[in-house]
Amino acid sequence: MVTKLIILLVLILGIIAAAQLMRLYELSSKLRKEGEHDITKRDNHMNAGLMLAFMIALFGGFIWLMLKYGWVGRGESASVHGHELDWLLNVNFVIVIAVFFLTNFLLFWFAFKYVKKPGVPAFYYPHNNKLEMVWTVIPAIVLAVIIIFGLRSWNNVTDTAPKDAVVIELFSKQFDWTARYSGKDNKLGKFDYKLTRDDKNELALMTTESIQMAIDSMQSGFKGIDWLEGELNDRKKMLAPEDEEKFKKDLGNKEKLIRLLIQMQKKHDPSIDAMAWDDFIVKDTLYLCKGQEYEFNFRSKDVIHSAYFPHFRAQMNTVPGMTTRFKFTPDITTEEMRVSRDVADFDFVLYCNKICGGSHYKMKMIIVVLEKDAYTTWVKSKETLTFKDTFFAKEDAAPAEGDATGTDGGDLPAGNDSIPAMVAILPEPVK
Amino acid sequence: MAAVAHDAHGHHDDHGHHEESFVSKYIFSQDHKMIGKQFLMTAVFMGVVAMLLSILFRIQLAWPGESSDFLSFFLGEQWAPGGVLSEDMYLGLVTIHGTIMVFFLLTGGLSGTFSNLLIPLQLGARDMASGFLNMLSYWFFFISSALMFTSLFVETGPAMAGWTIYPPLSALPQAISGSGLGMTLWLASMTIFIASSLIGSLNYIVTILNLRTKGMSMTRMPLTIWAFFVTAVLGVLSFPVLLSAALLLMMDRLAGTSFYLSDIIVQGEMLTNHGGSPILYQHLFWFLGHPEVYIVLLPALGLSSEIIATNSRKPIFGYRAMIGSILAIGFLSFIVWAHHMFVTGMNPFLGSVFVFTTLLIAIPSAVKVFNYITTLWKGSIVFTPAMMFAIGLVSTFITGGVTGIILADAALDITTHDTYFVVAHFHVVMGLSAVFGMFAGVYHWFPKMYGKMMNKKLGFIHFWITIVGAYGVFFPMHFVGLAGAPRRYYDYTVYGENDIDSYNQVMDLNVIITIFAIIAALGQLVFLFNFFYSIFRGPKTVQNPWQSTTLEWTTPVEHIHGNWPGELPTVHRWPYDYSKPGAEEDFIPQNVPLAPGEEEH
Repeated sequence: MVTKLIILLVLILGIIAAAQLMRLYELSSKLRKEGEHDITKRDNHMNAGLMLAFMIALFGGFIWLMLKYGWVGRGESASVHGHELDWLLNVNFVIVIAVFFLTNFLLFWFAFKYVKKPGVPAFYYPHNNKLEMVWTVIPAIVLAVIIIFGLRSWNNVTDTAPKDAVVIELFSKQFDWTARYSGKDNKLGKFDYKLTRDDKNELALMTTESIQMAIDSMQSGFKGIDWLEGELNDRKKMLAPEDEEKFKKDLGNKEKLIRLLIQMQKKHDPSIDAMAWDDFIVKDTLYLCKGQEYEFNFRSKDVIHSAYFPHFRAQMNTVPGMTTRFKFTPDITTEEMRVSRDVADFDFVLYCNKICGGSHYKMKMIIVVLEKDAYTTWVKSKETLTFKDTFFAKEDAAPAEGDATGTDGGDLPAGNDSIPAMVAILPEPVK
Repeated sequence: MAAVAHDAHGHHDDHGHHEESFVSKYIFSQDHKMIGKQFLMTAVFMGVVAMLLSILFRIQLAWPGESSDFLSFFLGEQWAPGGVLSEDMYLGLVTIHGTIMVFFLLTGGLSGTFSNLLIPLQLGARDMASGFLNMLSYWFFFISSALMFTSLFVETGPAMAGWTIYPPLSALPQAISGSGLGMTLWLASMTIFIASSLIGSLNYIVTILNLRTKGMSMTRMPLTIWAFFVTAVLGVLSFPVLLSAALLLMMDRLAGTSFYLSDIIVQGEMLTNHGGSPILYQHLFWFLGHPEVYIVLLPALGLSSEIIATNSRKPIFGYRAMIGSILAIGFLSFIVWAHHMFVTGMNPFLGSVFVFTTLLIAIPSAVKVFNYITTLWKGSIVFTPAMMFAIGLVSTFITGGVTGIILADAALDITTHDTYFVVAHFHVVMGLSAVFGMFAGVYHWFPKMYGKMMNKKLGFIHFWITIVGAYGVFFPMHFVGLAGAPRRYYDYTVYGENDIDSYNQVMDLNVIITIFAIIAALGQLVFLFNFFYSIFRGPKTVQNPWQSTTLEWTTPVEHIHGNWPGELPTVHRWPYDYSKPGAEEDFIPQNVPLAPGEEEH
């Protein structure tokens, strides 16, 4: 409190002091018969000089930043198309920086050079069509070049993925990532958000059994329809009004959802189950193979996120209610990157790049790029941990609640003999 | 004053006014000059608030997790426990900073102040077409400002979904605390703001089309008026789309509709919404959002055209090309919006189309820049504070404009989208340019607004601190973006765990940026002092302090209702007759008839 008072006092005294100084200044300029609209020759030349000095400082600062930071933070691209994009960025930068230097130089140089001098009138020069034509056409030509190069790369990058690309789904929610590999058939199982069950079917995959399970738990599971009806109709219980309203709303929603689930069950074609059963799900770390093209399908459970792979020069939003896609081919392994950057604990990272809530900045997933052999071994180790295996696993065999499907190289469920040998070949992701 | 007012009364009865009460003169005034000043005052207040918010979150970014008395002084225990900014409030500060700066300072403040002040004065009109609607426009603006300001003090915090308030985050209070009452207030405030903007814009358009004085043809209008005109048209065409976006969002939040929501489970709650698309919101938002950039920028460019010509003592180079560029920019601004959405999963072919249209905008922008530079060439430059800010504007317009070329390139946007590179780009090209334009306008037309002069020395100091601070903040920020740092991250130490090179770069630069931001913010105190001191105690101005040609300087220094005592001036020439060969003085006001044998430019 005392400090606040002192701050206030200092502020007031400061303003008063400044006002007094202003009075002094005004008196002196009155004596000199100089109005505030008269810019003296001295002031004018000082400011002209400062314009030039500022330009030099601006250019100097820019060059310093460019040399010190221009390419360091980005690092080398770790994907095939990334090299092309980096080249394109450099081409654009050359053009853009040239324009920046040229126009800023002209601006500040003219400001400095053509400061008012007594006896030198300004040159009356209202227009010149030829000149204006020049600076319409030249930018247009330069832009045409930029557009052509840009669109060529854009088309390459966004083209549909070839058939042999491995399909992986990245599932986002507040505030983490989950990856689903498409398994042996390289086809992702179908999904519907209504099938979500946090313990058994976190990614809401669609199979005959998972639909049945969703219906059962909505009807008779924890806070299911049966329970809600019981609470609402129990005459012995007095519910608080807000609870009652909440339960009623919840019941209404669940009745709506269960009708949709029953419809889904009736229409369900069991032959698509196989697509889902062989998928396997991975958390914390995404393993990729060097030189293999991947097609990523993105999904979101709650709000918009953005899958941002700065090292692979890739980014795509994840949007609830729709699937988005991006393809790329990693071409440098984690190990190689650690050596070339000379950073022992470097890791590729998948960040979230669309504001998604308070912990937005913590939402990330480590990516490890392996050589082909190591990658194949790792994939083999997952063949016994498919969606089918985890879905039908007995309750007591499953890990702790909320992590039933969460398995990865470093955190495999107990009972798998091959873990120690396999983990040894994987670079340890840094937590 | 009384004598002049009486004189005015004698000459034109319909505008005669005897005694004005305090309320009708200062509060519910229908006089465009007073309304302009009201807009300016409100905008200055909102601008100071938004700047303070930015300092608060810059402290967190430079020194993450360190306790700061400054933060706890302003935010208290709830939002800065132990002097460390909370994660949620960080996003709240970012959101409200952006909203206030874009809408309240640079749209309401800039257009509101100068369109109101200058349109009637430069066109030779007694007032706006509808004084009452004009007053309404201000008071809507005032209410919306008050609502937005109030939302900072709500218990669950202000809106936190970023100034673009993308649903579903902004639609679901379960997802973030600011999407509760804070977001409702945000939407209410913006709805009223849009009404204010629409009423104002319609008024500007009608006034410009109908109330030009005799001889003031469209091609004799100062470029300021052209800029205000196109700005108003953009506003009328695009703001209603934002209104519809906001209303649909409101309905999703309150009425259970599914315009933007589909298949969502949030905080364990399975919603029944199905079939909506969050991307629809983005299309609607950016259909306003991109023209909005030019709603902010064009008035600043218009003001600086006027100021640069006056203080170079030269006609603006390529007057007609300048008008053409304004029109081209205005038109193109409507067909580029999806360049904000290259990585939303939009069809890549559609993306290509928007790459093309977006890069086209660079052409009229380049024309404008070269015309400004040529105007300076062989001029006789007088560095008034206004002139210096106008030159600063051209510099930031270039610097920010060229990085736009990179972002408009969809292929390059993949890696730079939503990083600090974007933040740096739009702050330079839109934020700095518009703010510089606004400062230039305030220094230049202050004598017209208050009949007093601002102190020039303080003006010089203010300019140099501001431009050094501004470049010091936003130049390094490009390199934070090139290191890959996403925007709206609370704490970049998350980078340190896996990528030490990026981390070092980001953290080093963040400290530099924050220090410059604090310097620039302190520099604004010089302006605030000069501004308020001069309103009350500044020396009286002469009638035409900058020896300018436009009509506003032919009005008496004392404000009178109806602007001109006696007849309205008649216009005989274009507004840029500076240093015309054969003329006695180096400027010929627009109301001076052509001398015998003199050619119009």
